[in-house]
Amino acid sequence: MKFLEKQLKKLEPTFAKGGKLEKLHYVYDALATFAFTPATTTTRGAHIRDGVDLKRTMFIVVLALIPALIFGMYNTGHWHFVAESGNWNLPYWEQMLDKFLYGAIKVLPMIVVSYGVGLGVEFIFCNIKGHPIHEGFLVSGMLIPLVMPVEVPLWMVGVATGFAVLIGKEVFGGTGMNIVNIALTARAFLFFAYPTKMSGDTVWMGGKEADGFSGATFLGDAQSLISDSPTVEGVSGIMDKYSFMDSFLGMIPGSIGETSALACLIGAVLLIATGVGSLRIMLSFAIGGLATGYLFNAIGVNAYMDIPAYMHLVVGGFAFGAIFMATDPVTAAQTASGKIWYGFFGGMLAVLIRVLNPAYPEGVMLAILFMNIMAPLIDHYVVQANINRRLKRLKVA
Amino acid sequence: MSKTISLKRGLDIRLVGEAEKITLDAPRSKFYAVRPTDFHGLTPKMLVKVGDTVKAGSSIFQDKYNESVEYASPVSGKIHDIVRGDKRRILSVVIEAAASDEYEMKNVAHPSSASAEEVKQCLLASGLWPLIKQRPFDIVADPVQTPKAIYVSSFDSAPLAPDYDYVLHGMQAEFQMGIDVLKKLTAGAVHLGMNGKSKQDEVFVNAQNVTKTAFSGKHPAGNVGVQIHHTNPINKGEYVWVVNAQDLAIIGRYFLTGKYDLTKLVALTGSEVKAPKYYRSLPCAQMSTLVEGNTKNEADERIISGNALCGSQESIDTYLGFYDNQITVLPEGNQMKFLLTDGWLSPGLNKFSNSRLYPTFLFPGKKYRLDTNLNGEDRGFVVTGELEKVFPFDIYPMHLVKAAMTEDIDSMESLGIYEVAPEDFALCEFVCTSKINIQDEIRAGLDLIKRECF
Repeated sequence: MKFLEKQLKKLEPTFAKGGKLEKLHYVYDALATFAFTPATTTTRGAHIRDGVDLKRTMFIVVLALIPALIFGMYNTGHWHFVAESGNWNLPYWEQMLDKFLYGAIKVLPMIVVSYGVGLGVEFIFCNIKGHPIHEGFLVSGMLIPLVMPVEVPLWMVGVATGFAVLIGKEVFGGTGMNIVNIALTARAFLFFAYPTKMSGDTVWMGGKEADGFSGATFLGDAQSLISDSPTVEGVSGIMDKYSFMDSFLGMIPGSIGETSALACLIGAVLLIATGVGSLRIMLSFAIGGLATGYLFNAIGVNAYMDIPAYMHLVVGGFAFGAIFMATDPVTAAQTASGKIWYGFFGGMLAVLIRVLNPAYPEGVMLAILFMNIMAPLIDHYVVQANINRRLKRLKVA
Repeated sequence: MSKTISLKRGLDIRLVGEAEKITLDAPRSKFYAVRPTDFHGLTPKMLVKVGDTVKAGSSIFQDKYNESVEYASPVSGKIHDIVRGDKRRILSVVIEAAASDEYEMKNVAHPSSASAEEVKQCLLASGLWPLIKQRPFDIVADPVQTPKAIYVSSFDSAPLAPDYDYVLHGMQAEFQMGIDVLKKLTAGAVHLGMNGKSKQDEVFVNAQNVTKTAFSGKHPAGNVGVQIHHTNPINKGEYVWVVNAQDLAIIGRYFLTGKYDLTKLVALTGSEVKAPKYYRSLPCAQMSTLVEGNTKNEADERIISGNALCGSQESIDTYLGFYDNQITVLPEGNQMKFLLTDGWLSPGLNKFSNSRLYPTFLFPGKKYRLDTNLNGEDRGFVVTGELEKVFPFDIYPMHLVKAAMTEDIDSMESLGIYEVAPEDFALCEFVCTSKINIQDEIRAGLDLIKRECF
């Protein structure tokens, strides 16, 4: 490694101020600090510092996403073969290599585009603004493809990523300064700009579908329960089509990374064990969703409301959103008790939108974005309570 | 028996190099330097010139804006130099020490018979007043104010901190006299923070006229800031004074003997010290008298006057700080660290972390040799909740730091800035993933409020 260190040091003047490639200084800086923690020492204050840094923190999140990614690739392949054959009940665990390869061929380019465009925009922006490139996009770049339906064209992934990085983050000052979650900004952008490519019953299966085959998701079918032309017969029909176990394991159509609650939970274990993800948010999000689901079960005025509450946790992006999106520390509530309220309302809103709003079959994205906006307000009240305690003390004294 | 407050939040940073309980006499320093920079916010007004002869206890400068507070020479000798920095700011007053000390003898009031005002004047005249600090602002106490209480902590929980049970053993008379003096200065009580984790020396156990409260928990349980917060929190407009336990014995010694004798035990600690021990020395002594020849690798180490979390960076040619009871010598971390072997993707068995991202939590008894590398790069705040884990106050640390950064005085006040000192945030600074210099931010916030509102 001494060799690499020497080479880096040799190259440094080229990229330093006044050097030949001075414009690329921050690109050099990003790559150099990726390979080596810089030799910077503390000057005052705490002379020793905790070993942890943002790179490791972000890397853990990427690692936690791997199970969802791998499973997502396989699942994508499976539904491609289902759509091609027109046979909904195609055995899940056969032709495994074919399915995985198909999924990989579909998904990997999206990841490349997402990272390429996102990092490209950051490099340019950081050079203009003159600040080093931060690690935040390591996670966003992985999240963006995972929340997309497989059929979304690559150029859209690129446009959405560019939009999210620029408008969602860089204009606010970069990593740590953004108000809403970057990956969800990308998804919301496509959701409203190109709705036909983001929902409906033709975007979830890769490739061309067999005649008369409907590639709806659980949420699409559930939504149809309260329309004039239901695609499934009542609650029992939908529960036959998507069993709880299938949904929990992720053997259902949906966005690439979101289908398997199990894969997300494996990620959650890593996030909680390392302390990177907030258990409070994940749990309260789930409880919020579950409670609202049961409330609808109790009201039960239409077929959608009668769908068992626990199904909400395992279908659509609920688990993925609760574990990877709502827990984004920058956009979530920052106080300990604020996190509980933030998660609870997030879960509640997600189910509320799903069941009551006919225009949006999936409510998790909108719920989290809404709660991102509300998080500072929640924190405000939590902090205000602390301030009031202090004021009260002053009056007593 | 006193009540015990147990603190759940905090962090003990386990470093190699704790001082063995053996005391040696440090050689007498050739020069001593009293540095106005040791007293935050002080503008000195000189009372001596280069070449003047002084005794131990002779005033050498005073506070320009509060002339009753005088600062004295720790030794007898000759003023050797007055070192000035930018804009002729006085950085240090260097005294060339005589072979032995003569003391400037002044009239000493006895706290049992003298009035409060007499005791106060006696302390001010002695030059020992700067040993008393005040909250808010963590500066030398303003003698015009009357504090609602005075706090002394009987233990220091900082990494490798000296053990006061050892340091003050047998100094019961001085310590008790110190308490009696302080008792005169406040309308309220003198509080003694006891260590709830271990049995303490009789100096503390037998101390009279004090309100004892025990604190058990990890660092910063020994910080007076924490102890004040949990027993008698400071509101706006209130003052609390604090004195270090060893300094209290020095005050007591003065009232017993009439001598301005600052002699104290200094713990020489840290992984780079060959044999960490206690040394009997005077503050303001040359660092070389304590450190030279006692460390492993003189080229690449950092000498800190004070503890590793909030001490000041010194070198072999500079001096021991006025308040410091400890010297910490650590390896410099000025090497690049490759990501797989020692950087952010490494297993990190030699890294200490309060997060579970490194395996520190698997080795609860292991002691670490930490260097001064920043272990990362400066970033905006990203991770939430990590500061709270090491901050045992009913205060939201991140919000307070942000208020300080944005110079929002109203928010700082309402979030509790009057209750904290930079040292209380030292652990927050240690654990911060984004490597923000939190103590500097808090200090800047306190300075701003003092300038604008007081």
